[in-house]
Amino acid sequence: MFNIQTQLFDGQDVRLGPIDHEKDPEVESKWTHDSDFMRMYDTDPARPMSAAMVKKQYEKLEKQIEENKEMYYFTIRARSDDRLLGKAMIERIEWSNGNGLIRIGIGSPEDHRKGYGSQGMQMLLRFAFAELNLFRVSAEVPEYNEPAVALLKKFGFVEEVRRRQALERDGRRWDLLVFGLLKDDWQNQAEG
Amino acid sequence: MKNIFRGELVRITAEEPEARAKVEVRWQGDSELHRLAGAEPAMMESEKKLKEWFEKQNENGFKPQRYPFSVRTLEDDKHIGFFGLWVDLIHGEAWVGIGIGEREYWGKGYGTDMMKLCLQYAFTELNVHRVSLGVHEYNPRALRSYEKAGFQLEGRTRRDILREGVRTDSLWMGILRDEWLQMQTGDQQ
Amino acid sequence: MNDIYKGELVRLSAMDPDEASKAFSRWDRDSEFRRLLGSSASDLVSQKNLQKMIEKDLEEQSDDEHIFSVRKLDDDQLLGITDLNVDNWPGRDAFVGLGIGEREFWGKGYGTDLMKLVLRYAFTEINMNRVTLTVFEYNPRAIRSYEKAGFRHEGRMRKVLNKEGERWDMLFMGILREEWKEQNGNKIKN
Repeated sequence: MFNIQTQLFDGQDVRLGPIDHEKDPEVESKWTHDSDFMRMYDTDPARPMSAAMVKKQYEKLEKQIEENKEMYYFTIRARSDDRLLGKAMIERIEWSNGNGLIRIGIGSPEDHRKGYGSQGMQMLLRFAFAELNLFRVSAEVPEYNEPAVALLKKFGFVEEVRRRQALERDGRRWDLLVFGLLKDDWQNQAEG
Repeated sequence: MKNIFRGELVRITAEEPEARAKVEVRWQGDSELHRLAGAEPAMMESEKKLKEWFEKQNENGFKPQRYPFSVRTLEDDKHIGFFGLWVDLIHGEAWVGIGIGEREYWGKGYGTDMMKLCLQYAFTELNVHRVSLGVHEYNPRALRSYEKAGFQLEGRTRRDILREGVRTDSLWMGILRDEWLQMQTGDQQ
Repeated sequence: MNDIYKGELVRLSAMDPDEASKAFSRWDRDSEFRRLLGSSASDLVSQKNLQKMIEKDLEEQSDDEHIFSVRKLDDDQLLGITDLNVDNWPGRDAFVGLGIGEREFWGKGYGTDLMKLVLRYAFTEINMNRVTLTVFEYNPRAIRSYEKAGFRHEGRMRKVLNKEGERWDMLFMGILREEWKEQNGNKIKN
């Protein structure tokens, strides 16, 4: 299937990359001003962030990663011009149990429905299972985020938990779903 | 999902220390504006000090109790004002502070649009049960605007403000979640 | 108003870092207790360090987290801890955790009484819409106790724990405000 020579971080149109402290804050700041993206991607109240705040957040993130090794964070970038498209991460890693929580998002609506999320997910899962050697990964997603649910199911994630009415937005309550993917399932799918 | 950051005339953006300090310096120089907005003695601070203050607010990241926003016009992105929500999380109550610093934008519907966005955020993203505010009795324009937005007068603290040798009352207003929700369905019909 | 800190067998009290860290030093050496309570690798931390950690946690408490020591009503003995951690404010969803460190008090109704007390606090003092908990599949005693307290099963994260060479599921359970109200005779108005 894959071997040592197959690049972990190169996809067809996108690649996984590190944070670019100079260029990325401005782009990510723009995403945070899109309340649709924020409400899809995060369960905390949607808030626009200035580029300066994003930059600070990146610094805090990298410090956290260095200190406790429970997270791996990647930017998703266009292969053609290195443009920032989104982000992908594995966090809350419990090494003794072999788990992690994945999060992935493509920021701008113009970049949706182009397969970037799928390519990012493909690389993220391979990193989780074939490089970090995790046993399973989870994802938390609000039930109203249909594109995310579809993406997870495409990669073999199974809906495992339904936290009833855990969220409230636009005047109604929504369930928060937890999906899980075991290494064996991923391996079978990847080979199939 | 509704776009909760855009209204019809304005949009809400992050409160950026540098930009905010710049306009705040000008707005502080307008003493009438200050006296309409607040109870503290009018004073003027340096842009540097203001920038530091705004930076300090954001120092430790977002807090679930405080939601400050800057407001810009949709037409030409002009930074005309602000609003902030302070939330009592346990009881689900939010206090709002709102203002338009640029005088040319008074009385033209911008304030109404801002308050609409503010209440929509409070009731459909923060899900509070009520929003409260205080207003000076010598600020009838704001009082009318808040009434139009659905706030009800709940009380007054008598003669608690002394300015220019005259004692005036502070008025306290509130709008409940159910009342606001009712107003929305009314609009849709 | 009711005394929200008192149950029938136990009461909630402020956590004293010195006392709690001494108790935890003892309880943590019971690895079964440790494995029932938490998913991360069991470790043994000095009482001194535990005290520092507890002090830090208590200081950072704010509205998000509510930590209590649990004492027996009759003789004030320290039995364990409980905490409510608000996971999402707009949804008003909090995670509850509890643990009785003193083995002799397992299976005698103390856990049940404690959960009743904590749920009352969650719904009538910090006004949550729901309370969530996670429990490991190898802890059937707790699962039964939570079912009795009114929690409903909401699913399980498969094979999320790796202990003693075996893989175990982590169950999620939740109780909604309306469900809790109904269980308590609908005495609460809102």
